[in-house]
Amino acid sequence: MRRSLILDVVVQVVFHSALMLGLFLLFTGHNRPGGGFVGGLVVGAGLSLRYVAGGIDEIRRTVPVRPWSILGAGLTLSAVTTVVPLFTGRMLMEHYKFDLHLWLFGAVHVNTALFFDIGVSLVVIGTVMMLLVAFGEQMPSINNPFSRNSEL
Amino acid sequence: MFAIVMLHCVLGLLLLAAGFSLGRRSFAVGAAVSLAGFGWAVSQLGSVIDGVVPTAKVNWVTALGLSFDLRLDGFALLMFLLVTGIGTLVQFYALSYFGSDTPGLNRLAGLLLIFTAAMLGVVTASNLMMVFIAWELTSITSYLLIGWADSNPAARASALQALLTTGAGGIAMLGGFVLIGQEAGTYDLGALAASPPSGLAVNVGLVLVLIGAFTKSAQFPFSAWLPGAMVAPTPISAFLHSATMVKAGVYLVARLAPIFATADVWRPLVLSVGLLTMLTGGYRALRENDLKSILAFGTVSQLGFLMTLFGAGVPEATLAGVLVLFAHALFKACLFLVVGVIDHQAHTRDIRALGAYGPGWGGPRLAAVLAGASMAGVPLLFGFVAKEAAYEAFVHSEMAGGPLVLAGLVAGSILTFAYTGRLLLGAFRSDPVAVVGASAADVVIPIEPPPAPSTRFWAPAALLAGLTVTLGVVPNLVSGLVSTAASSLDPRLEESHVALWHGFGTPLVLSAVTIAAGLVLIAQRGWIARLLTAIPRPISGQQAYLGALKGLNRIADRVTGIVQPGSLPIYLGVIVLAVVVVPGFALLHTPFPDMPPLTTGPGDWAAAGLIIVGGVAATVVQERIAAVLCLGAVGFGMALVFILQGAPDLALTQVCIDTLGAVVFVLVLRRLPNRFSDRPTRLGRSVRLAVSGLVGIFVFIFIVVAVGVRTEEPISSQFTARSLVEGGGRNVVNVIIVDFRGFDTMGEITVLSIAGLGVYGLARLARRESRELRSFTPLRGSRQRTDDRP
Repeated sequence: MRRSLILDVVVQVVFHSALMLGLFLLFTGHNRPGGGFVGGLVVGAGLSLRYVAGGIDEIRRTVPVRPWSILGAGLTLSAVTTVVPLFTGRMLMEHYKFDLHLWLFGAVHVNTALFFDIGVSLVVIGTVMMLLVAFGEQMPSINNPFSRNSEL
Repeated sequence: MFAIVMLHCVLGLLLLAAGFSLGRRSFAVGAAVSLAGFGWAVSQLGSVIDGVVPTAKVNWVTALGLSFDLRLDGFALLMFLLVTGIGTLVQFYALSYFGSDTPGLNRLAGLLLIFTAAMLGVVTASNLMMVFIAWELTSITSYLLIGWADSNPAARASALQALLTTGAGGIAMLGGFVLIGQEAGTYDLGALAASPPSGLAVNVGLVLVLIGAFTKSAQFPFSAWLPGAMVAPTPISAFLHSATMVKAGVYLVARLAPIFATADVWRPLVLSVGLLTMLTGGYRALRENDLKSILAFGTVSQLGFLMTLFGAGVPEATLAGVLVLFAHALFKACLFLVVGVIDHQAHTRDIRALGAYGPGWGGPRLAAVLAGASMAGVPLLFGFVAKEAAYEAFVHSEMAGGPLVLAGLVAGSILTFAYTGRLLLGAFRSDPVAVVGASAADVVIPIEPPPAPSTRFWAPAALLAGLTVTLGVVPNLVSGLVSTAASSLDPRLEESHVALWHGFGTPLVLSAVTIAAGLVLIAQRGWIARLLTAIPRPISGQQAYLGALKGLNRIADRVTGIVQPGSLPIYLGVIVLAVVVVPGFALLHTPFPDMPPLTTGPGDWAAAGLIIVGGVAATVVQERIAAVLCLGAVGFGMALVFILQGAPDLALTQVCIDTLGAVVFVLVLRRLPNRFSDRPTRLGRSVRLAVSGLVGIFVFIFIVVAVGVRTEEPISSQFTARSLVEGGGRNVVNVIIVDFRGFDTMGEITVLSIAGLGVYGLARLARRESRELRSFTPLRGSRQRTDDRP
């Protein structure tokens, strides 16, 4: 497919900004506007930009993991976060806070709700990628219904 | 007790998961485990007879009040001994039955162990819900065991039939349990017995429970699955489909009869079904030419016998039921094992082919004759003792219809005698006069004498036959166990009433009549065979089952054709109208409140303008892409509203959704023509307009009313107050999503994942089809529209 140089360069820059913005929204979500869902959507939007620039192969190059693996990992992470409190004598899905000491950053307050939120983002990202892969392959165009499509 | 049950379950799962290399030796593991269970049960024998009832309670789901409540009273102990004892013998027998190179034997042995665990669960559970769970587990393992030879279509079909029949009964039974349990306020069997509930709900519940018991124990008219289940290997048939699982229904009736026998529906239903099953089963057994089929219909008949005895709910009949159940397990398992030996050595079970035997068959033949004689009720065997007790119970019964039941039992026993003779003569003698349906196509060539089986192969059968003889001669050996079992079912049964020998009286006369009439039937077997050949086969349960299945499929086909026409406008219309009609009905009964202020500032007018223009434009434009962009404008207008109202989270999400939505739309629209293809007709257009207008008006009114009629404090103020304290976050929206309403989110992301996978699958499917064949023929019954396809 024909690629536009200007679009390529702009997307290269914007994509990483979108990733950072998505992560920021995810991590800040518990206290300020944001959250896992919208964070995932922003990352998904960044990915769709890459798709616009370079087609489905560009997405495959950028994310070496299959979309359903992301989806499954997210769902698993959220489910595990929901169930784990049961084993520590808490209620199902009872979130709790603890302080994590990272030597460079000092103490960080961590709420287990964050892990649940990360799972939500992964599910959103996975779904967006699945949609792109499902509909975004080279069209079995009206002109040539027998064109061979690359299998994922 | 719990440990023993779990040991079976865990080792069974282990065999399934990791026993591949064990092959035939899996059965040795299984036999050892069941033997351990049997040993434990024997060790409890003394104390249980002395009146101690061991119990075990392991909590499961405390929130729902579910726990494993196990209770080993006399009857449970008897069943426990039978299940583990026969389980041990059958696993030992399977060591010889299967060739060492047969694949999947670890699966068979593992499933047998899991089944054993489930069956032990059924008989020891003291809580109706636990009974149900274990009961269903026996149905599922039975399904897997019948269908063990999964490359055989007949095995799969029979397995499915067994599962559908017993599964449907199980669901009915669950409904019955809930009705009874709710009425009584308890699901505990002991508490139910202490204060039995009554009333219409209980009677309906009892009918449902009985349907479950009837399907499980192959009672008329649900008996067709049991003969079909005989495609399973003989060890399975001997264990599940004669000695244990099919007795689960009888077991349940035995448990409930003393409590509920006086309920209106109980006796008429149970006694008539039981007797009808006993007679039809015996009649059908006379028609069959396959040894296992004869045994299968014989089992159906005997289950009807047991159902009648236990269902009467009379103490003496309950005692007789315990005896018959005990005796039946011994002689029927023995007969199945011998038939398995014959089948294994001769490779046929057809009575037309069998008859010639070489040396070395004396042992199996003796075992079969003894067990058969016990089944027929010949004196000095355990079956005779049991049958005497059964006659005795109804001779002196004051129950209404007692003489009728007695007559039915005698007739059923005569048939039993006759088919036993047919079985033994057919198996061990060349007996062409007894063949039913001897048309030219049916000619079967007698086989050469089969090789003699190894002693180890028929030893389990010999052991069971030996027990039958021993207990027949010295029934007092088990009188303690039997009387404890019977009195644990029905406390009215005094210790002094238990007697295993009834002396010379009416029962003995009836036994003599039974034997004499049976002998006449055997002597005249040629004449009977000709008579049965002349009578056309009656409508069997099998045909009823197939008819029901076919009808169900046809109905499903019709319903799917109507409710899933494949037209997007119809789907959308139905959804939208449902939204309008259901809450709209409530809206009509709500007083209309004062109009709230429509706007809060000039910004609102801008947002509203954007939304209205976008919305109207989307309906008017001719190009699909343009319509999508117009919808995007509506979305951004909404985002503007959110910003103006101070909800940045929502605005952010709305913008992202709209952006991504536009991208996905574009991807999909690439495959469709640029312009909308078929504009609706004038009529269609006005219908759409009417529906849309209705929805718009409804939503507007709904919001106005919903805002105006609030009387309680909104839940959101609670959320705001607790967000930081309990949720640990300042962003209330996010705390709601991940914490307060976290379960909703969990559900939503699950739905999102499923939807994503579904969309992906559909897209790939469509692509493969368009690649492989251009012409698309819709599947029969699903009327998919194809006009949107390029």
